[in-house]
Amino acid sequence: MEERKDELQTKGKEKKIKYSIIVPTYNERLNIALIIYLIFKHLRDVEFEVIVVDDGSPDGTQDIVKQLQQVYGEDRILLRARPRKLGLGTAYYHGLKHATGDFVVIMDADLSHHPKYLPSFIRKQKETGANIVTGTRYVKNGGVHGWNLMRKLTSRGANVLAQTLLWPGVSDLTGSFRLYERSVLEDLVTSCVSKGYVFQMEMIVRATRKGYHVEEVPITFVDRVFGSSKLGGSEIVEYLKGLVYLLFTT
Amino acid sequence: MKHIFKITSVLAAISAIWISLLQTSIVPPSYTWLLPIYLVVALGCYGLFMVGIGLMFFPTCPQEAVLLQQDIVEAKEFLSNNGVDVASD
Repeated sequence: MEERKDELQTKGKEKKIKYSIIVPTYNERLNIALIIYLIFKHLRDVEFEVIVVDDGSPDGTQDIVKQLQQVYGEDRILLRARPRKLGLGTAYYHGLKHATGDFVVIMDADLSHHPKYLPSFIRKQKETGANIVTGTRYVKNGGVHGWNLMRKLTSRGANVLAQTLLWPGVSDLTGSFRLYERSVLEDLVTSCVSKGYVFQMEMIVRATRKGYHVEEVPITFVDRVFGSSKLGGSEIVEYLKGLVYLLFTT
Repeated sequence: MKHIFKITSVLAAISAIWISLLQTSIVPPSYTWLLPIYLVVALGCYGLFMVGIGLMFFPTCPQEAVLLQQDIVEAKEFLSNNGVDVASD
């Protein structure tokens, strides 16, 4: 490690840390353009690439990404598409295979995750040397907008249940706005098998069990601006099944 | 060790305390027999309390929605000036 540092210094330049931002998309024609604009706006002095993993969107998302590549450069925006909807976990794995960054950020494409928090993730990681920085909506400077009372109740109830049963060490288990050290993400993605948001829970719980250093930053979450989001009875059942699964296998 | 083992060992420790209380009669037996039920009820109350507190102090951010709309307008303007199609479906 020391020799490498000296070598680089004699070369007269410092190796800049690179960040890969993986954005899985399905029918996010408008949102992907907006989110890429915002990422470039908020990460001015940072070395990064955006990897769009599109699952064969019928609405022309991939054409929009190609237009964006003309504006921002094909080396900054990578389109790594898949033929059809193949699930979130595999989308991360697919994106990861094409990522060349030292750190990997995962975020949603629907603008519920705002790129303006990216600098705070990066800063937190640099300050603490954490393996994972996860965004939390449930602390003082964080927050949610667009949830009615019922939605808040289920969210809070789910969180209390998960905290009591799993002792996860993070305040927001189902959040999917996270920064991972590259090798850590590789390790976790291959060990997790759940689907959907239970996958997000499994990732962070396994990270805690494996002893990785996890830090949190507050984020605000504005529920889906364009498009529809749903939480029904079947999601609740899936969640409970996920909790039991995590209780017995982590 | 799997998390379920941690939970079961906590439960085992609690059971051991309960059985020893039954044996040694420090606390009146009739009361001791009901202790597990009190524990479950207490746990339930704690859970409801935490949900209630969380609900009362649920952090919200209505101003973020406004800021987001402004960002969207700004983004659409830039993108349409640079040849990206920003019509929504």
